[in-house]
Amino acid sequence: MNALALVSQLGGVVLAVALAPLLAGWVAQCRAWLQSRSAPSLLLPYRTLRKLFRKDAALATQASPLFRAAPYAVFGAMATAAAIIPSVTTDLPLAKVADAIALVGLFATARVFIALAAMDIGAVFGSMGARREMMIGFLAEPALLMVLFNAFLMFGSTALPTIVKGTLDADGLTLHPSLAFAGVAFVMVLLAENARIPIDNPGTHLEVTMIHESMVLEYSARHLALIEWASWLKLFNYACIGFTLFVPWGIAPHAAGPLGLLLAIVWLVAKLAVAGAVLAVIETVSAKLRIFRAPEFLSMAFLLAVLGLLVHLLLQS
Amino acid sequence: MMTPLNLATQLLHVLAAGLLMISFAMLAQRRTRRLIVLLAWQGVVLTASTLLVAVTAHLQHLYYSAALTLVEKVWLMPWILLRLMRRLGIEGDSDPLVNIPTLMLVGLGLVIFAFGLAQPISSLATTVTRQTLGIAMAVILLAFLMMIARHKAVTQVIGFLAMENGLFFAANSTTYGMPMVIELGIALDLLVGVFIFGIFFFQIREQFDSLDLHQLEALKED
Repeated sequence: MNALALVSQLGGVVLAVALAPLLAGWVAQCRAWLQSRSAPSLLLPYRTLRKLFRKDAALATQASPLFRAAPYAVFGAMATAAAIIPSVTTDLPLAKVADAIALVGLFATARVFIALAAMDIGAVFGSMGARREMMIGFLAEPALLMVLFNAFLMFGSTALPTIVKGTLDADGLTLHPSLAFAGVAFVMVLLAENARIPIDNPGTHLEVTMIHESMVLEYSARHLALIEWASWLKLFNYACIGFTLFVPWGIAPHAAGPLGLLLAIVWLVAKLAVAGAVLAVIETVSAKLRIFRAPEFLSMAFLLAVLGLLVHLLLQS
Repeated sequence: MMTPLNLATQLLHVLAAGLLMISFAMLAQRRTRRLIVLLAWQGVVLTASTLLVAVTAHLQHLYYSAALTLVEKVWLMPWILLRLMRRLGIEGDSDPLVNIPTLMLVGLGLVIFAFGLAQPISSLATTVTRQTLGIAMAVILLAFLMMIARHKAVTQVIGFLAMENGLFFAANSTTYGMPMVIELGIALDLLVGVFIFGIFFFQIREQFDSLDLHQLEALKED
C-alpha cells in the first residue's frame, strides 16, 4: 500500500461526502425544470445542512440514547460504504476488507438503525414509516443481491474493484445481455431504496404516502442534518455502484497517477450529472405506486435480476 | 471459460434478451393499450434481429422477411388492434390480473424449463443464432401463460400474437427462418386471424355485454 492509494482511499470518501448534496441538488433542479417549476439552487442542500447544523437540537423527552446515536450510525454506515465502492479508482486498500455483500449489509445496518430510531419515540408516524421501510427493504435487498450476483458470476469475484478491472481490461467492447436485465433491476432497486417516486416521494409530507420522511419526523437540527446527508450519500453510493457494475469507463485503474485520478473525478462528475438527469426524468414520467403495489414492483426487479443470471448461463455456455 | 463472440452474435444476444424482457413486461402489464405498444416493440426487436441475421448470414430472403415483419407486426397489427379497441370503446380498459408476483414466479419457472429444454438442441445446431433458441421458447411459453392468465378477449389475442412472434424468432434462430412461401402464408393467416378475432370481439360483446371470456363458461349446460 503506497501513500497515493491511501490518499485516494480517503479522498474518495471525502469526495463522496462532499458531492452527495450536490447530486441531490442537481436531481431536484432537473425535476423542477422538467415540471416547469422555478428550480431551487444547486447548492440548496448545502445551505440546508448549514442551517440545520447551526440550530439547537430538540429531543423528545422519551428519547433513548439509541435515538441520539442513530444519525451517527446511519451516516457512518453510508460513509463506510463510500469507502468500499470504487467510484474514482480501483486502487482502494480498504476495499479488500469488505466485498459487495458486506456493502449490502452496511445498507441494511443503516436501515435497521433508522427504523429502530423511528420506533423509539413511540409516535404513530415513525413506527408506521419504519414498518413500511422494512417491508420495502426486505423486498429490495434480495433484488440488489441478485443484481450483484450477475456481476459476480461474470467476473468471478465479489469485490467491486475486481469487477471494474474485469470490464476495463476486457479487450474490445463486450455486450452482456444479462447486464441489461441486471441494469433495469438495479434502477428499480435504486428507486425503491432511495425513497424515489414510484415507491416514495422525497418531496412530500403527506401522511398516508410518505415512508422515509415519516421516519425522520422527530429529528431536528444536527441529527436531521446527518440523516438527510446520509440519505443523499446513499443515493450517491447507489449511483456509484451502478457505475461500477454497468459503466465503469473513466474509473482510474491501479497504476493511474495523480493526473489519472483527477481525470477520473471529472468522469465521475459527468456520469453523475447524466445519472441525476435520468433519475429526474424517471421520477417525472412515472406516478407514485400505491404502497401495496410496491411488492409487485420489487418482485419484478428481483425477477429481472434472476432472468439476467439465467440468460448469462444460457448464452455464455 | 467462455469463448469470445463476435459483435453480431453479441448484438443478437442482446436483442434476444430484449425480446424476453418485453415478454415479461407484457405479462405484468395491466393496460391493454400499453400491451399493444409492447407488442409493437416486440415487432421492432424481431425486425432488428432478422435484419441482423440476414446481414451476418448473407441470406436474401431474410431481408424480405424483415420487411414483412416491420410492416405487419410493427405497423399493421398494432394499428388494427388499436382501431378495434377504439371501435369497441375499451380504450382505457384494463385487464385485472390476479397476483402478479406469483405470475412472475411461474414465468420464471417456464423460462428455466425452456432454457433447459433448448440446451441439448442448441448444442447440436450450427447457426450463429443457436443459443437464442432457449429464449425463443421462453417467449412462446410466456405468451402461453399470458393467454391463460388473462380474462379479456383482446388481451388473449395479443398473447396469441406474441406467441407467433416467439415462433418466428425460434424459426430464425434454428434454421435461419422458414421458406418465403410459408412465411408469407403465416403472415396472411395472422392478418386474417386478427380480422376474424375482431369480428368475434363484436359478437362476444353483443352476446354478453362484455369481453370477459369467463362469460363464455355460462354457455355450457349441466
